[in-house]
Amino acid sequence: MSTTISESAVSEVAVRSVLASGQRPQAPAPGQAVRTFAWRAVLKIKHVPMQLFDVTAFPIMFTLLFTYLFGGALAGSPREYLQFLMPGIIVMNVVMITMYTGMALNTDISKGIFDRFRSLPIWRPAVLVGMLVTDTARYTVAIAVMLTLGTVLGFRPGGGPFGVLAAVALLLVFCFCLSWAWTVLGIKAQTPESVMQMSMTVLFPLTFASNVFVDPATMPGWVQAIVKVNPITHLADSSRALMHGEPVGSSVLWVLAWGAFLLVVFAPMTMRAYNRER
Amino acid sequence: MTDLAIETHALVKRFGSTTAVAGVDLQVRTGTVYGVLGPNGAGKTTTIRMLATLLTPTAGTARVLGHDVVTEAPAVRSRVSLTGKLASVDDELTGRENLVLLGRLLGFSHRQATHRADELLDAFGLGEAATRDVRDYSGGMRRRLDIAASIIVTPDLLFLDEPTTGLDPRSRNQVWDIVRALVAGGTTVLLTTQYLEEADQLADRIAIIDHGRVIAEGTRAELKGSVGNGAVRVRLADPTRRPEAERQLALISGSEVLLEPDPAVLAVRVPDADRAGALVVDLAATGVAIEGFGFGQATLDEVFLALTGHPAEDTTDPTDPSDPNDPIDPNDPSDPAVPNDSSIPTEPVGTAPQEDVA
Repeated sequence: MSTTISESAVSEVAVRSVLASGQRPQAPAPGQAVRTFAWRAVLKIKHVPMQLFDVTAFPIMFTLLFTYLFGGALAGSPREYLQFLMPGIIVMNVVMITMYTGMALNTDISKGIFDRFRSLPIWRPAVLVGMLVTDTARYTVAIAVMLTLGTVLGFRPGGGPFGVLAAVALLLVFCFCLSWAWTVLGIKAQTPESVMQMSMTVLFPLTFASNVFVDPATMPGWVQAIVKVNPITHLADSSRALMHGEPVGSSVLWVLAWGAFLLVVFAPMTMRAYNRER
Repeated sequence: MTDLAIETHALVKRFGSTTAVAGVDLQVRTGTVYGVLGPNGAGKTTTIRMLATLLTPTAGTARVLGHDVVTEAPAVRSRVSLTGKLASVDDELTGRENLVLLGRLLGFSHRQATHRADELLDAFGLGEAATRDVRDYSGGMRRRLDIAASIIVTPDLLFLDEPTTGLDPRSRNQVWDIVRALVAGGTTVLLTTQYLEEADQLADRIAIIDHGRVIAEGTRAELKGSVGNGAVRVRLADPTRRPEAERQLALISGSEVLLEPDPAVLAVRVPDADRAGALVVDLAATGVAIEGFGFGQATLDEVFLALTGHPAEDTTDPTDPSDPNDPIDPNDPSDPAVPNDSSIPTEPVGTAPQEDVA
């Protein structure tokens, strides 16, 4: 691509003439501000489609790898295993993807555009909420990709479309809440790399020390104790139960409680950090 | 309502144990350009960020357009714009998308925002680049887009944080033209810069800031006058004869002779141009071959050096003599870098040597 762009001269008369027409409109309602920030995120995806790599390629890779590597050994056949794995691997993948929220935010801040946003007379959380709304859309893409692949490979959820949708909705709600933890990091950390390192350090043990891949029954007692309280376990349990149309028990409540906890702790923390400075 | 756009009292900002701003008092009159001049790390950006409500002061007060920056931050935000040091535009978006986005955030409908964006892009010479990604823009184009973004709604007060740092001379002049047009349109501008040239060109009043404190404040003329007399500078045909010329000049003038970094140049402070002329004539009479000479009031460089003991600019010097568009104004009699003899290369002789410090 050529990087030369023709530019015309700046005339003082022209600059003065555009000044006169600057009439200040009413400050936008929070909804419009959020929508505008969501639109910004969509524009960025349009200009840099590679951003969608993490919500397409990785989910596909993970699903295929785990299904065919472990399927035979763990459940007799990949197809058998898929019925158990699919709800959990969706949970794991989407929860992993949430960390990009913090990285994107950190990159934005380091570029200086956030100073402009922060000096605008808008509802202050709009920047972050707009970003999280678009991220939720990205998570939905990842889920759709994985469900499509799963169906092709032989995943047959007994709970039907409504069960699947309920599981997806629960997952999205949880991820929206969890993302606020990464926005705190995104604002406070010095570089996008450190955001990634820190979130990986949390996310890897969190997603693996769960019942996503196997039944925890064979794990040592202390590991079982960890797995049992892990919100990802509750999320995978809920997801499985909803998708297969089985009784959900208390797992959904646990997931919602965890989500509320994360939101209540990290959203105010994010806003404090955001309103303060770097 | 006073006619002060900005009024600060003992403004302080500390980051941990570091004091970035150590008690700044500023009064900026409405409708003027106010220059805050200082080297990197002097506290300019911190000050501007406090005034733009991006940072909370540790101590002191600041009122912007009559509103307190802490307790009435939203009122301040609705009337000011900030063009930060880092270009505050989205690289991945096109120029038009950037402006439409901000127009929407200011409350315009999509149609109004698009109309306004196109109007601004045309006025700022970016009409043809409107649909190109900003990452393909040159530094000057990006900076103009940045300023355009700041005046989507014409602000009452515009903060420009080092608006021309890193720009080539042509782009810098374009930015200066824009600033002048804005001020002519009634906007008050607070500008930070580490370039004395820029403050000299644009600012009605200048505050010189160093280590978080205002060390001098006034109009350009007041500041230049504050270091006292002008200086006559003499360039010798033969640099090896400078010691001899120094001796002679000291005898004739009866005051201290300053040796410039340039081995062929020496200078001496004199009260007026008549005395300067006589000095040069006397020096030539001693038989020292003179290639050229100049006389002028102190430059802001000298003011800065006299006040702080170190030069204002770091290595990124926009007045690089190798630059064909060197912004030395040949018609400016106050610029001692302008030699009376055209054979003298227009080097920034105005950059006084360290010994000059009182």
